[in-house]
Formats: sequence, structure tokens, C-alpha cells
Amino acid sequence: MKQPLVEIKDLKTYFYVKAGTVKAVDGLTLTVETGTKLGLVGESGSGKTTMALAIMRMIRPPGTIQGQILVDGVDLLKLSEEEMRKARLSKIAMIPQGAMNSLNPVARIKDQVLDGMLDHGEKFARGEEEKRVAYLLDMVGLQAKVAKMFPHELSGGMKQRVTAAIALSMHPKVLIADEPTSALDVVIQREVMEMITRLVNDLNLSMILIGHDMGLMAQTVDRLAVMYAGHIMEIGDVRDMFADPLHPYTKALINSLPVLGNRGVFHGIPGVPPSVINPPPGCPFASRCPDVIAGICESQTAPLRELRPGRWVACHLYDGEK
Amino acid sequence: MKASYVVRRVIFLFMVIWTAASLNFILPHLTGRDPIREQLEQQIASQGRPAKDAAAMIATYNRLFGLDKPLWEQYLVYIKNVFRLDFGFSMMEYPRTVMEIIIARGKITLPFVAVGIVIAFIVGILLGALMGWSRSPAWISAIAIPPLMAASSIPQFVIALLLIFFFAFKIRLFPLGYPYPLDMTENWGDPQFLLQYAYHAVLPIMTIVIVEASGWALGMRAMMVTVEGEDYTVFAEAKGLKPSRIFLRYMLRNALLPSLTGLALRIGFVITGAAVAEAYFNYNGLGARLGAAIASFDYFVIYGIATIIVICIASATFIMDMIYPLLDPRISYRAQKG
Amino acid sequence: MSGFLSYVRRNPALGVGIGMLLFLLLFTTLGRLFVNPLHAYPLSVMPTQPPSAQYPFGTDVQGRDLLAVMVVGTGLTLQIGAIAGAIGLSVGIVLGFVAGYSGGVLDTVITSVIDVYMSIPGFLILVLIASIFSKVDLGVTEMGLIVSIVSWAGPARAIRAQVLSMRERPFVMMSKLSGMGTFEIIMKELVPNLAPYLVMSLSQTVYGGLQASLGLEALGIGARREPTMGMTLYYVQYYSALMLGMWWWVIEPIIVIVLVLTSLVMTSFGLDEIANPRRRKTV
Repeated sequence: MKQPLVEIKDLKTYFYVKAGTVKAVDGLTLTVETGTKLGLVGESGSGKTTMALAIMRMIRPPGTIQGQILVDGVDLLKLSEEEMRKARLSKIAMIPQGAMNSLNPVARIKDQVLDGMLDHGEKFARGEEEKRVAYLLDMVGLQAKVAKMFPHELSGGMKQRVTAAIALSMHPKVLIADEPTSALDVVIQREVMEMITRLVNDLNLSMILIGHDMGLMAQTVDRLAVMYAGHIMEIGDVRDMFADPLHPYTKALINSLPVLGNRGVFHGIPGVPPSVINPPPGCPFASRCPDVIAGICESQTAPLRELRPGRWVACHLYDGEK
Repeated sequence: MKASYVVRRVIFLFMVIWTAASLNFILPHLTGRDPIREQLEQQIASQGRPAKDAAAMIATYNRLFGLDKPLWEQYLVYIKNVFRLDFGFSMMEYPRTVMEIIIARGKITLPFVAVGIVIAFIVGILLGALMGWSRSPAWISAIAIPPLMAASSIPQFVIALLLIFFFAFKIRLFPLGYPYPLDMTENWGDPQFLLQYAYHAVLPIMTIVIVEASGWALGMRAMMVTVEGEDYTVFAEAKGLKPSRIFLRYMLRNALLPSLTGLALRIGFVITGAAVAEAYFNYNGLGARLGAAIASFDYFVIYGIATIIVICIASATFIMDMIYPLLDPRISYRAQKG
Repeated sequence: MSGFLSYVRRNPALGVGIGMLLFLLLFTTLGRLFVNPLHAYPLSVMPTQPPSAQYPFGTDVQGRDLLAVMVVGTGLTLQIGAIAGAIGLSVGIVLGFVAGYSGGVLDTVITSVIDVYMSIPGFLILVLIASIFSKVDLGVTEMGLIVSIVSWAGPARAIRAQVLSMRERPFVMMSKLSGMGTFEIIMKELVPNLAPYLVMSLSQTVYGGLQASLGLEALGIGARREPTMGMTLYYVQYYSALMLGMWWWVIEPIIVIVLVLTSLVMTSFGLDEIANPRRRKTV
């Protein structure tokens, strides 16, 4: 079997603070095959953005990263600072969450699109710079005249397109999109998401799409991973998971989606996510789980097991199987 | 759009100068007496001036203030004169005009103050930026902050005394005072003179730098910490940009903006502080002359120098206001909300 | 008490600042038990004596016992700062609240006055005013009053900004809806919420007032007969103390000034942390 492009093994991101240890990401394992799109869903505070930053190796002290992050066979955590810097944008790129403020307010768009490439050693002849910028802007559906503007002159959707253009400018192998459309209004959301998906397909990139919108995930990704309080609860093919969710949390998430035409009661998930500071042992979902097994779930974390080919679940309900 | 901003700033400039001039006019009249005339007469008496001089001085005084006319006309005459930079005569040094004195003494003060401010700003900004950078070791900030806080809060003349004490008195590295050696005459075309002026100006410039750079460094450091947490800095790092580029173009460039505003606000303090410190360095510049004028109740000189300083500060602020939009593209010359 | 101490450990600036202030207050009050306050004035003791067992701080050219000068003068200097601070803050509060809360024409007028006022260096205004009085013998209280002529502008502007931001907050809207009158809202809702900020503003105003008074005294405008720190330095300059080698006369007032100003800066800094909870270091 071909080696997956991205292999993350037992990733842990802990923050050591006075009040204790914050386990933002606690033993995360997942893979992404070349040319596929993996979605990562979870509630706010589940550790999704932390994971994205960890993959980019942008966690600052007092945070630490442990585990392995293999991209194309290379463990990112073992690279030197300079090597990692070069890997960013060229091998693995990120579209940030709130593009409202992700662009340098005092620099023109043109300069911000180019500086990433320049710092990775690309050289441009005279006149080529403008052409390249125009090409990248066109790729994301923006006119060439945007190049001369400043960020405050652009709308939210336009800014997000610019960040997408920047992220894709060096044809990375992996694109991490951290809730790229959450800050936009619904109409623009769709356009931008379609644009990103189209580009990922055209350029044959792999993508990790982070979000909390199950509906969006269903339309966009190939595989889906469900995250809760720093742990992966379930991973599998997206259609499979919607059709037959195995983990109680996944079921609850899918059930909470309003269905057109079904004017019934809205199902939420009672309770609140647990604090990730000095987390107690056991499954983090135990306190809210409708199928909790007393005596086991609160004390032992369930390991992530491959129940069927390509479907992994971390739940004691399936302890007896396989 | 552009025009209205500039116009408003110009109006503000004139308002400030007009207010300062008005204060000068109103204050002596507030006490009910006429301290200027009293002083003038006393001056004349004590110096035993010839009658024609005395008459001329009183006549000038009357003309300046239009004393034979109604009060509001006096006011208009006075304001008009201020805008023509006619502040009258010095009572002590009659018949020298106040403007003559200001220009002569200003030549001593202006060079070191201007150089001091520029150096202080550059040093302060760079120091603060480096301290606030996350790649700088944390202990540097921890050690540097308390002395910087102390240095920025002490008046210039106190620092002046300390510097003189340590570097001119204890260790004879620099002169004890005076803008140039006592045996030289003032000659701005002579390179020897310029050299000596520069040598004598080292401690005064250091005074300004110590007090102001420390304040700006602390402010800049705080801004850098804020900027570090901004989304665009995070994204810059995610782009794999070189650390130097992130530091200069993304962080420093953005943190600089509030510091510039701070500079504009501080200029008043720096100049007045330097004027006071000057006296302690035995510089016969504007500050010292102001002190002498206060001691001898030479009112015209006091008002003249004070007004000129206000004009300088207001103009400097005006220039900064014009420069700021060039550096921050978000501020166009459009109207701003209060 | 233990709660206070543990807070101080997290906010060292405040602890150090208040500690230094207390030390200075003790120095100036209890110190009077050890010196003869009259010796802080000229022609009391042998002049120009370096520090010795008899005169631990030495004496100056006019025959003042410098230990007495330090003890008495510290209190006087603090007094000027206190007067300027109290008056400046009070006026600043009134104007700041009126401008911030009422808005409209009143706000515009007050703000314009403050803006222009603050563009003219307060120092120069003080020089001009004080020069009118320069033939009059000024006392410490008068100095405090003179300085307060400019010390109100800064707090007024800052408090107005705070009031403006608070005015739009939901809890104020609620109070209005429940029928509270303007004055009631100000006294019962705004002031208590702004209390930490006002205390910090007081500390800053005292600091500013002290700076201004020191600047004036450095030029000889001040309570000439009183041994305040600024006046002492004025005489240091006037009598060329350094040329005479009288290093003790120079260093001692400087030390006190540094202590006073640094303590105020630290206190303001520490109070700022209380007033601006966003700045608090978390967890």
C-alpha cells in the first residue's frame, strides 16, 4: 500500500502553566493520503486549531509538541528551525481562520503575495513579479488591480481569497485550511469554499479542512475525523460516517444538524465540554454520553482502533469486537 | 478628502498659537496691576537710562500693547504683532529686540536638542523593538525594564546633574558645561568650532537620549508584544518568512505607528525639559535665557521665548500629523472620528 | 491581609511602589524626631561641611543641615504633588464625566478646550503664570495650586475616554431603562466601576504634578524659602555646588527625587494592572 502523504502519530501538545497542564491535543493519530481531503470537526475548544499550529510547528512555550508528524516521509518535528521555516509554505501551507486580520495592514497585497516566495529563494526577473501576482490573484478569482491595494480596502471574502492565493502560491503538498469560511457570511462562504476545493482538486493537493460545520464537511471532504477535548473519537470515509456513525459523539453531532423539511425538535448535546486543564482519566465524553458504560468509561480512555478497514473508533462500546 | 484634513490641522495650528498669545496678553492684566509697566519703570530707574532711551522704551511698550486704545484693540494689535513675530524689546538688553535674542540664543540650543531627539527616537525604538521580540531572551527584558522605568520618569535636569557629576566631575571625560570652550568665539563656519560644539554637546545629548529613549523603548516594547499576538504575525510565520523580515516589515513597522503619535505628544516635554536642563549645563541658549528672564522679570523676553517654543512645538506636531497618514495607509486624509 | 500579600506577589510593581511611598512618608514624619526641623533653613549650622558624624548628610553653602532638609523637604515635595494631584483629579473627574456622559455640544466644547490646552506645554503655561507672581513669596501650598492649573487636563481627557466607553455598555442601558436619573447613574454605576481607574489616575496626576513642580523649581520658580527637593537642586546649580566639590549636596536630593518618582511610576503601573484586567497575566 502506498505510504500516506501525511502521517501523524500520537501527537501531544501540552501547555505547562501555573495552574497545571493543559492537554490541548492528547495523543492524536491520523493519516492523509495523497490527493485526498480530510475533514476535522469538533466543538470550540476541542483542540483543532492547536493541532493545526502544531503541524506547522508554531506552538510557543509554555507549549510543547511530542510525537511524530511525517510529511512525505520526513518527520517535521526533527527538522532544524531553518529547515522547518523553508518547509512552511513550500511543502505545507495554511489558510488561517480569521482573514480579517491575517494580512499586514501596512503592506500592499502585491508585496505580501511575493514575500513568501522571495524568502524561499525564488527569483524573479523584472516584470515577472507582477505577472506572477496577477496569475495567483486570478486563480482565486480576483482582479489584477487588487495587487496595488492595501488590506483595509478589501472585503472579508476578498481577503480570504488573498490568503488562499498566498497559501497555494508555492504548490504545497499539504494545505491546512483552518475554518477558512467561518468569519464570512453565508453566500460568500459557499463561493470561497468552492474556490478552495476546486483549486485543491486542480492542483492535486492534499487538504486538512478544520471546522465545526458538519454540513460543509459532508459536501467537501473525502474522510472525516471527529475530535473532542484533544482526542480523536472517530475517523472514517465521510459518507460511511454519516450513514452509520459509530461513536456516540459522532451520532450526536449528526443528529444536531437541522434537516430541511423536518420541523421537529432540535437536538443538541446536553452539557458542556470538559476543561482540558489537568484532565481526569477516562473518556472525555463520558459525562455527556448517552451510552456511557458505568465503571469503565470514566476511568479508562478508549484506544483508537480500526474496527473495519479505514474506520477507526475510540469507544468502549466496541471493546468486544474484532 | 485630502484637503479637509490638512485644512483642519492648519486651523488647529493657528488656534494653538493664538491661544498661547492670548494667554500672554491676558495674564498680566489679570492681576489688576500692570506688572510689565511697573517692571519697565523700575528697570529704567535702576539702570539709570538716559531719558531718551526711557521715553523710547515706554513708547514701544505703548505701541506694542496699544495702550492708548480700547482693550480689544490692544488685543488685536498684540495678536497681529505676534504673528509678525514682533515681541518687542528686551528690558534687560535694550535696544536688542526679543527676536534678535531668540535667534542668537536659538542657534546654541537648537542643534543639540534636534540631534538629541532624533538619536533618542532611533535608539528607543530599536531597543524597544528588540526587547519586545519573542526571539530575544527573556532575561534581557527583565533586567532592563526597572532601570528604564526609572530613567524615563526622572526630569532631564536631574539626569543632567548626574551625568555632569559622573562624567565631568569624577572622571574628567567631558567638559563641565558651556556649549563651547570659553576661549573660543561663536563662529558657525569654523570646523574647529563645530567640533568643539559637538564635543561639548555630548552630555546634553545623552541627557535627552537617556530620558526619552527609555520611555519610547518601554512603549515600543509593549506594542511589539501586542503586535506579536496579532493574526498577521501568526500568518507571516505560517508563510515561512525569514525572521528578519517578520521583525522589520510585519512587527516593527506596525508597532511604530503608535510610537510616532507618542513622539508628537512628547515633543513638548522634551523641548521644555531640554530648556531647563540647558541651564544646568551652563549653556547660554534659549532655556538659560528664559531662566535669566524669569529671574530679572524681563517679561517681553519671557513671553517671546515661550511663544516661540509653542510655535515650534505646534509646527512639529503639525508636520507629524502630515507624515502619519503616509505611513499608515488606513488613515487617509479623510475626517476622523473624535 | 494574606490575600493582599499574595496579590502583591503577582503584582510586584504595585508592592514596590507603595512600599517605597510608605518608606518616604515614614522618613519624613518619623525623621522629624531625629532632626531639628528649623535646621532645614539657612544660617542654622556651619556651612559647607561634608558628611560627618555630626552632620550625617553634610551641610550646604547657606548653612542648612542637609539631613533636616531631606526630612522636611521630602514631605514638602510630596505635599505639592498631593495638592496638584487632588485638585487636578477632582477637576478632571468633573469635566471628564460631564463631557463623556452628556456628549453633544458640551462634549465638543470641553474636548476642544482640552485639546488646545494640552498642545501648549503645561510647563510654559506655568512659567508664564508663575512669572507674574515671581515677586511674591510663594509657599508650598501656592505651588501646589499653581501646578494644578495644568494638571487637570490629562485626567479630564483620559476619564472622558473611559466614560465614553462605559456609557455604551449594556449595564448602563439597563439602568437608564429602569428609570435611573443621570446623576444617579454616574454615582451608582459609573464611579464604582471606574474606581480602580480613578485611583490609578490619581497616582499619575500626582506624578505629573510633581514633574511640573520640579521643572519650575529647577528654574528658580517655587517656594524659594522652603527646602523642597527642586529648590534644593536650584541652589545646587546657583551656587555651582559641583565646582565646589560638594557632591553630597547634589546626590542627596537626586536620590530622594528618584525614589519619589519611581515609587509613583511603579504604583501607577501596578494600579494599571488592576484597572485594566485585560492586561492581567492569566493563570
